[in-house]
Parts: sequence; C-alpha cells; structure tokens
Amino acid sequence: MSTYYDPADLSKFGNISAFQPELAGKFFEWYGAVFAEGALTQREKSLIALAVAHAVQCPYCIDAYTTDSLQKGATEQMMMEAVHVAAAIRGGASLVHGVQMMNKVNEVSM
Amino acid sequence: MALATTSLLRRGSELSDTQHQRAMLQVHPAVATLPSFDGQLKQSGVGELRPLTPIVLQINLGKMCNQACKHCHVDAGPDRTEIMSRETMQKCLDALDASSITTVDLTGGAPEMNPEFRWFVEQLHSRGLTIMVRCNLTIIVANPKYHDLPDFYAKHGVHVVSSLPFYDATYTDRQRGGGVFHDSIKALRMLNNVGYGHENTGRIIDLVYNPLGALLPGPQASLEKEFKRNLLDKHGVVFNSLHCITNMPISRFLEFLVNSGNYERYMHTLVDAFNADAARGVMCRTTISVGYDGRLYDCDFNQMLDMPVASASDHVSRFSMSELASRLIATDRHCFGCTAGSGSSCGGQLA
Repeated sequence: MSTYYDPADLSKFGNISAFQPELAGKFFEWYGAVFAEGALTQREKSLIALAVAHAVQCPYCIDAYTTDSLQKGATEQMMMEAVHVAAAIRGGASLVHGVQMMNKVNEVSM
Repeated sequence: MALATTSLLRRGSELSDTQHQRAMLQVHPAVATLPSFDGQLKQSGVGELRPLTPIVLQINLGKMCNQACKHCHVDAGPDRTEIMSRETMQKCLDALDASSITTVDLTGGAPEMNPEFRWFVEQLHSRGLTIMVRCNLTIIVANPKYHDLPDFYAKHGVHVVSSLPFYDATYTDRQRGGGVFHDSIKALRMLNNVGYGHENTGRIIDLVYNPLGALLPGPQASLEKEFKRNLLDKHGVVFNSLHCITNMPISRFLEFLVNSGNYERYMHTLVDAFNADAARGVMCRTTISVGYDGRLYDCDFNQMLDMPVASASDHVSRFSMSELASRLIATDRHCFGCTAGSGSSCGGQLA
C-alpha cells in the first residue's frame, strides 16, 4: 500500500461485501433507499451528501457527490453554498463551545 | 453571438477523420481493457442487435449551423456547407411513400438553414406524417427571414425538439456559445406565443438536456421539474417534456474528453453503467437515419462515424424496407453511450 487513498478504490466500494455479504447487502439496500426521491428531491439529498462529505472530509465522498450533484443538475454556486453550510456548522460547533469555556471561567474565577 | 468553438474540419484536427475516431474507440490504450459493444451484448444475454419495424426516418438536412457547440457530434458549424439537395429530399419522399414509416425527424446542423427546408416540410405535412424538427432555437432569432418559423411550425403541425443544456445562461453559453441562452429564451417565448408548450394546444416543444461535461445525465423526471420551475419562475417560459441525452464519445465531445483527460474515465463510466434493458430499447432498432447525401445509417451517430447500414439498401434511392429488415445493426464502443444508466435516445431516457 503506497498511499492511503486511491481514486480507483471508490469504484470498489461494493467489494466490502466480500468479507461480510449480509451486512453489506443491508447497507447498500438502505443506502439506495435513502437517496431515492422522497420528501426531499434527489438533488437536495445529493447536496446534503456533498456538505456532509466535506464535514467528514472523505475524499471518496467528495469525488462521488461532486459528480452526483452535477448529474442531478446542481450548479457550482449551489455546491459551494453546500460546502459553506458544512464549514459554518463545523466552525459554529467550535465557537458555541466557547460558552462552555466561559461557563468554566465564571465558575472558577473570583 | 460568440461561437463556442469552430469545427474540427476547419481546424484540421485529426479527429475530423472518422477513421481516426474509430481507432480511438477500438484500439486506444484508454479503452484497451474494455469489452467490445457486441461482446457486451452477447455476455449480458441481449444478443445480436436486430432491427424492429422502423417507425422513424431521421433525416439530416446538412451540417450547416449558425452555432458551433463544443460537444457537437455532427461537427456542424457556420463553416460547414454540406446540405441535402431537393433531389435527395424527393428520394426521401419516394421512400416514405413506399414504406409504413409514420414519423420524420429532421435534424442537422440547423435544418432550417437548408433553402429547401420549408418545401420539404410542406411535402411531408401534405402526406399526413408526424414531423419533428430538431431546432436549435437561436436560428429563429438569427435573421429576420427565420422570425416566422414558429408560425410555420404551427401551421404544419411540427413537433419542435430543442437543445437547452441548462436553465441558466452561464452553463448554456459555456457549451453552446456566448448569448445562446438569451436568444434561446427569446425564441422559446416566440414559440410559446403561438401555443407551443401550453397544455391542450397540441403544439409540442420538448427540450433536450445533455450533461455539461464528462458526466452521465441525472434522472429525467427530476431534472424536468427543475427546468420547468426555473424557466417559468425566472423567464416565464413553458415547455412540454425534457429529454435527457448522454453525450456520445465521438467528434467534438470526444475532443473535449481527450483534451480534458477524461476519455478513459468516461468510457469506463459508460461501460460500467451498461443496462441490458436500455440496450433492448435502443432507438436504432426502430429508426433509419439518412445522411445529407442520401446514404442510410442505423443512427445519426453511426452516420457521423461513416458507419453505413450493413445492407444492399444503403442509399435512400435504393430504400427497401425488406432489405433493411434483415440487416445487423452496426456498432462500436460509442454505442455504450446509448445503453448507460437509464439509456439514451433522441427521445430521451429509455429505461
């Protein structure tokens, strides 16, 4: 293994079933159902996936959901706004803990 | 209107040679590990590709076009002068008179630029045939002599089919040239004004979406909803249906794939997405394609690759339904474009 990430591995995702077919089968069936058109459109789901991909910083997911968002008719602007949503939640998640820090400061300070 | 590109022919590109394109599909290292299309048909149980009774005669009236789109599979453009003569059109009419074909699909280039276009449509209309015209929209506003095309289409019951790759100017112009979106909206309004796109008028304008890069098209129904909502809300324009078409790896789209380093990935994407149901429904089984010079092909893509029908009836002057019925459809790896995912045809997705 020369690198941790290889783009060619993305298309091998289905191979995870080789070591445990039953659980993989359940996962892929559920995965397919999650992304089907529902109360949310397929395009909305794809953009959510793109945002989450950036939050979890998964290069496979970024590759897959950039392509998928484009195929679902998302624009570059929509996609970048989705990334900003991910970034805002990540940034906000750090900053809102500032309140915890302030609580502790207030608790121990004279 | 700024052109998106110029023709491969004009630029003297090696890809303007169809033999070179065929070699790209057959022996290029990027496709070396891929199955042949016929091999894939066999392996998937679809078997040989044989024609059904033809329903559509698709006639290419010429390569001349007012646009020069980056992805054009015809390598059409303002510099192309090859167009169908009235004599060949007459032979098409004779062939239609002797056949059970009910629909004629006129394409190009911009078919309206052929000086015999209106005469031909009148002849087809007088025979009671269903007429489709693949109109690029901008031709309607390109010159005052074309401004009455919407009325002409309405009068002759023409079903208009028009490319619009996105409901937004940036993306449309990137593929089709500067100002194309603006002119297309103007033309759509003119078509709407004579009833096209409105319910219960019987005047049909369908739009064609194709991806703006090395991507497969998304689901047709969901893209149609987005197109309808955006075109109505932002531009007050209506249309009937959206057809999603996959870009074939030939001609100027092949050039894009090679130059952008996407050729290998795109071919693998098409092959990996092979769908046997789409393969059984491919349009070449019910269509005969006529070149501007009268030669016969299994489809417009084969026409652009110089792959004629494997039949003695290889020219419209020798058109024979019975001869054509026994042929085997000619294929190469570009055919994976019509069988990928939900499939692709001139009428949109297949499965």
